[in-house]
Amino acid sequence: MTNPSGTNSHRRKALTVNHMMTAFFYGMSVTTLALLLAIIGYLFWLGLKDFSPALLSFSPKGIGNQLFNTIYLVVLALCISVPIGIGTGIYMAEYAKPGRLQTTMRISIETLSSLPSIVVGLFGYLVFIILTGSQWNLLAGALTVSILTLPLIATITEDALRALPPGYAKGSYGMGATKWQTITNVLLPAAFPSILTGIVLAAGRVFGEAAALMFTAGMSTDINWNSSNLLSPTNPFNPMRPGETLALHIWASRTEALNAYAAAMANMSALCLLLLVLAVSIGARYLHRYLSRTMLGATK
Amino acid sequence: MTHITTQTTSSPLSPTTLLSTTHSGASASPLVGQSAVSSHDAPNEARAKNFLKDNIASREAAATKTKKFSVSNLNFYYGQFHALKNISMDITSHEITAFIGPSGCGKSTFLKTLNRMNDLEEGARVEGSLYLDGLDIYHDINPIDLRHRVGMVFQQPNPFPKSIYDNVAFGPRLQGITKRSELDDIVETSLRNASIWNEVKDRLHKSALGLSGGQQQRLCIARTLATKPEVILMDEPTSALDPIATAKIEELVMTLKDRYTIVIVTHNMQQAARISDKTAFFFLGDLIEYDVTNIMFTNPAHAQTEAYITGRFG
Repeated sequence: MTNPSGTNSHRRKALTVNHMMTAFFYGMSVTTLALLLAIIGYLFWLGLKDFSPALLSFSPKGIGNQLFNTIYLVVLALCISVPIGIGTGIYMAEYAKPGRLQTTMRISIETLSSLPSIVVGLFGYLVFIILTGSQWNLLAGALTVSILTLPLIATITEDALRALPPGYAKGSYGMGATKWQTITNVLLPAAFPSILTGIVLAAGRVFGEAAALMFTAGMSTDINWNSSNLLSPTNPFNPMRPGETLALHIWASRTEALNAYAAAMANMSALCLLLLVLAVSIGARYLHRYLSRTMLGATK
Repeated sequence: MTHITTQTTSSPLSPTTLLSTTHSGASASPLVGQSAVSSHDAPNEARAKNFLKDNIASREAAATKTKKFSVSNLNFYYGQFHALKNISMDITSHEITAFIGPSGCGKSTFLKTLNRMNDLEEGARVEGSLYLDGLDIYHDINPIDLRHRVGMVFQQPNPFPKSIYDNVAFGPRLQGITKRSELDDIVETSLRNASIWNEVKDRLHKSALGLSGGQQQRLCIARTLATKPEVILMDEPTSALDPIATAKIEELVMTLKDRYTIVIVTHNMQQAARISDKTAFFFLGDLIEYDVTNIMFTNPAHAQTEAYITGRFG
């Protein structure tokens, strides 16, 4: 402190750097937001530019069937991966003892979650189509994308259970609850909002998936909306029929389709997919907030 | 013969000769903590008589009560760490027994062996015998049934993220009670007994997390009462609470001892002195002294107890 002017200049420099870094981080977040808005704006502009009501119809000229296939596939995939994923997460958080098995499990789950989807798609093609000797079908697609969503749900379930205050489990055991009673009556309900978030993330993953479905769910769709026979290959709810999803439809329209309205269809599909994902994630947010308030009674 | 025991091996008021003549070879059987009364040390005797005049009665009263827990030669290990060393003591029913001692002395560990909550810890190992009403806790009864009989209240209020009603109904439901009217009764009685009914009766179906810390702790006591335990273990139940909430809990605990046996771990010596009938002082895994609370706080038999109680360490 013998040189007050030196101290002053040092302080001024620190303040300048502080201002610069503040501006920098604001800039970064604005860039991210701008990129997102640009993409959304572009999709809206493309999608609405050549809009015609026929594009939304449930016919070969519209994307209604693909929209239905997408939602149906997500439901099927979640039916498969949610129970297995939550079961795995519960095992990892509550039952697995630290050791080789737990380490192996963790590495497996991490590897599974970082597999390229085309690899998973080809695996699904080999196992669910070639080995079973079946046609391209929605169930094979759902099973294949389940491989991608399973590690996501398992990890989020495990994390959600581990993040709970230890007092919940202690309180339950202290009252003479068994492990199973503790898990079902206390831990899972308390972790449910977080697990739900994981399920929505998983759904988002399926909405946008294309590579894993190309050789499993197939790239064609033929639905007879008047069919009442579930076993008919054109019945909308028959999981054993081929079912092209919106994401695949974009790819197919842009690369293979020869008709004049292919580009408009691809753009409309992209917009629809975007709105679908947006609707699901906003819906999940509200559901999360609603559940937190009513089930957990969080006051804030 | 009272059920008051100590682990005292040397004490200013109880010469080792006394111990070795009257209780020779008594390492397995509890040692009687009346050393101060029978001491032949004249000045101490006089002092002790003054202090004890009023307490003899409480000791005699204690003798007529039954013992709830009977512990002998209990050793407890966390892996390599020897957390409890050769503890022997009896805990009398329908009394408040306080465990005091500095952090890490083993008082909470000992409390948690009484309902086998320590089973959940990694590497926990118990040796010795621990009886609840004559049943060996580690052999004759499974931990689930044991914890129905021996409830627990924790240091941090830990209501479940459920409604107040569901928190209290949790235990009865575990025990298979599903009838709404029956549950309603249990919930109301438990909340009344935990003196929180008036504060929550209009918001039973609101979340328990919206209550204040002190209310949450009383709710946790109500939740424990609802399982109809015989014993309630309390692990520093007021250490996270403000003085007013603490006073309410203390008042509540005193009203509960008519119906329950209460064992309370506390860091707060005034609290032990205020509410407990007997106090046990733990230090570094040893039970140093265990006696009627008034005696412990006015005329401790052991120098370490006195040093701790007077605030010279811990």
